[in-house]
Amino acid sequence: MQFLRNILDNIEPKVKGNKFLHTVFDGFDTFLFAPKTVTKGPGVHIRDGVDLKRTMVMVVLALQACLLFGMWNIGHQHYTAFNLYSGTGDALFTKFLYGFLQMLPIIIVANVVGLGIEFIFAAKKGHPIEEGYLVSGMLIPLIMPPDIPLWMLAISIIFAVVIAKEAFGGTGMNILNIALTARVFLFFAYPTEISGDLCWVAFDYNILHSIFGMEGATLQALGMSAVPAEGWRSLMVDGFSGATPLGLAAAGGWDAVTQATLPNGAAQYSISNLFFGIIPGSIGETCKPAILFGMAMLIAIGVASWRIMLSMLMGAIAMGLLFNVLGGNPFLEVPFYHHLIMGSFLFAMVYMATDPVTAAQSNTGKWIYGFGIGAVGMIVRVLNPAYPEGWMLAILLLNVFAPTIDHFIYQRNIKRRLSRA
Amino acid sequence: MGKTIKLKKGFDINIIGKPQKKVDNNFSSKTYAINPSDFRFIAPIPKLTVQEGDEVKAGDPIFYDKSNPDIMFCAPVSGEVVEVKRGQKRAIAEIVILADKENQYKQFDKVDLNMIDREDLVKHLLGSGCWPMLTQRPYGVLADPTETPKAIFVSAFDSAPLANDLNFSVAGQQEYLQAGIDALNILSGSTVYMGMSSGQSANELTHLKNVETNNFDGPHPAGVVGIQIHHTQPINKGDIVWTVKLLDVIAIGRMVRDGQFNTERLFAVGGPSVKNPQYYKGFIGANIEQMLKDNIQSENNRVISGNVLTGIQITPNSHMHFFDNQLTVLEEGDKHELFGWLIPNYPRPSISKTFFGNLFGGSKKEFNVNTNTHGEHRAIVVTGEYEKVLPMDLYPMQLVKSILYNDIDLMEGLGIYEIIEEDLALCEFVCTSKTDVQQIIKDGIELMVEQG
Repeated sequence: MQFLRNILDNIEPKVKGNKFLHTVFDGFDTFLFAPKTVTKGPGVHIRDGVDLKRTMVMVVLALQACLLFGMWNIGHQHYTAFNLYSGTGDALFTKFLYGFLQMLPIIIVANVVGLGIEFIFAAKKGHPIEEGYLVSGMLIPLIMPPDIPLWMLAISIIFAVVIAKEAFGGTGMNILNIALTARVFLFFAYPTEISGDLCWVAFDYNILHSIFGMEGATLQALGMSAVPAEGWRSLMVDGFSGATPLGLAAAGGWDAVTQATLPNGAAQYSISNLFFGIIPGSIGETCKPAILFGMAMLIAIGVASWRIMLSMLMGAIAMGLLFNVLGGNPFLEVPFYHHLIMGSFLFAMVYMATDPVTAAQSNTGKWIYGFGIGAVGMIVRVLNPAYPEGWMLAILLLNVFAPTIDHFIYQRNIKRRLSRA
Repeated sequence: MGKTIKLKKGFDINIIGKPQKKVDNNFSSKTYAINPSDFRFIAPIPKLTVQEGDEVKAGDPIFYDKSNPDIMFCAPVSGEVVEVKRGQKRAIAEIVILADKENQYKQFDKVDLNMIDREDLVKHLLGSGCWPMLTQRPYGVLADPTETPKAIFVSAFDSAPLANDLNFSVAGQQEYLQAGIDALNILSGSTVYMGMSSGQSANELTHLKNVETNNFDGPHPAGVVGIQIHHTQPINKGDIVWTVKLLDVIAIGRMVRDGQFNTERLFAVGGPSVKNPQYYKGFIGANIEQMLKDNIQSENNRVISGNVLTGIQITPNSHMHFFDNQLTVLEEGDKHELFGWLIPNYPRPSISKTFFGNLFGGSKKEFNVNTNTHGEHRAIVVTGEYEKVLPMDLYPMQLVKSILYNDIDLMEGLGIYEIIEEDLALCEFVCTSKTDVQQIIKDGIELMVEQG
């Protein structure tokens, strides 16, 4: 420990001259060692043990269950598309390894690009590196389709971090949720890549898979000698559909969802598959138990606001009930409780809406903000003819309105104070 | 009996080294000092009425502020003015008096509170050294002798970490306390409010007359007078209220009954670095060297006049500040900590439940705290945490932000009149982003006064 400290203390004078190097050094130094800074008056002489690093890393830890399940599920959906190992218990390790190797480049690109920008801006401003991107760097991979081209990922992250965050002054100053800005950029800039039936399953093999011999093994299992010229997608087995439950529900209501089958004849979107997340989708958002685990953890340690989660749930249920009462088309008639396990509702509720920087800041404001997301999200999901999912847009919309909501809450406090006189 | 106000918000920081309820009778301070910077907005170089080498009695004026020449700042003890210490830009840092063995009091007239009118009482307190004990809100400044406050507030207990147990400190002083209260009644022209803790219900303080008592039940900052004002008669724009510390009420009572400027009181000395945390008897501005001699059990300490949240760092051979009756000593935390942000190497107090010990009531035990910041300063990210420790109908984070961007209308609206630094000290302690809340409020108050 002292040895490590000595090494760092020896390096520091060498990098002092270079702004960028010193910022990077400082980032690693404060990661390894909590700094020895002491309080200076006037003010408090002792400080609470918690800091932003700890708070942020707790969210990252809470996401690990989603990540682990997501990696297995990438593999599972991949092999199911080729009608291989289609039992959920089959070839556990192979599926996990496929997903892990698919996920690794996404995580690396997300963090290298995002943190790189963060480092550059921190060096330019002469600030220490702030921890905000720790969470974004974990969230962004989890809300991406599993076969996202890495260059698109990089561009959307550059857009999100530079335009949505650094332009506003960095961590703590942004108006829009960073991860969702990356996602929404992707959605509007490359609509064909991020919608449709086949984008939620990873078909291809990357170089890492080849190194581990996974490509060859799959060819062998399929009884082929080489990858066909049309690519892996052409090997997809008849009867496999990557259509999302929401896509099906939009077209044919809840019946269409339950009637979808896998190539082996089993129901693709049974309630239990939807709940456990054994379905195609964005990487981290399918498995509800993993999300609920993260939710329980974040609420127990008080890092994410339960007010926002509860009010968003209430908003979604209220709007879902209203749709059920109104009726009119099959999608409107989908029972409201089924909406809660379709799509990314839970993930958005636990990890996206609760971002403290972009949410409303007052406790009363949080109730309104959360309820607004729940209600608007359902409207976008159900009434929007183009794309049957709404949380991304609803959260960004309410992000924009959060300061206004707070404004009225504060004005009420100000009026109360004036009325006392 | 007044009402009981339950305060849920707040946080008690439990620290090792709570002062034992015993007084070291061998202690006597050789020197005493008054520090002009303890009074907000008086000139850094006030007009001295004594020079080095002069002999003074307790109650003799030693300086006054040119903008308010009626308010006399008086010597707490008799003796020789040995030094006028200067700080930056020749500001007067301390006026040090070498105390006589036997304290000589300047004899003032005793006051018959039934006969005296308010004007004469004001004059009496102005000239006798008692006036600076009256603090005026908004802004926590010296009380303006030309004003009549809406009410006067006294907190009868101190809820800060390792605080002076005021029940112990006022024992046997009931007559002086009552005389002080009666004098404050004349000054206020209306009501004197006293905030009691629920544990004080059977205490000699409850026998006091002419005072309206309210019970405040809850964790720190329940004993902070600003919180008590907010729940009793909140300060509106244009209102003026005064506050007095309980031990200073006794000093005012002694002036009334005996005609002497006698500020004798108990100082609580505590903290993790103190071997025998206990009480010491002295006057305002006592030297702390003898309190700490052979009484410190670690090296590299920080000595604080006051408590760990609001106190002022002083050197181990200097003097208590005017308003402080508590001395805290703890270790400096200038050590690196491997992965300290993730895996704390030693327990530390926190309101955060990310410390898993706190999930199960672990924060009740006493902590060996130090001055490490436990993280670096960041932009504010986490919301709602200031509100958890501030039992006021007020948005502290928004107020802090309004000060940062100098929006005077918003500062007024959000309640700058109702607070001073100490009221929001816990907000600064809990801040995940390590914001200097008290410094910001100080700047805000200065801006408000500057803009009139």
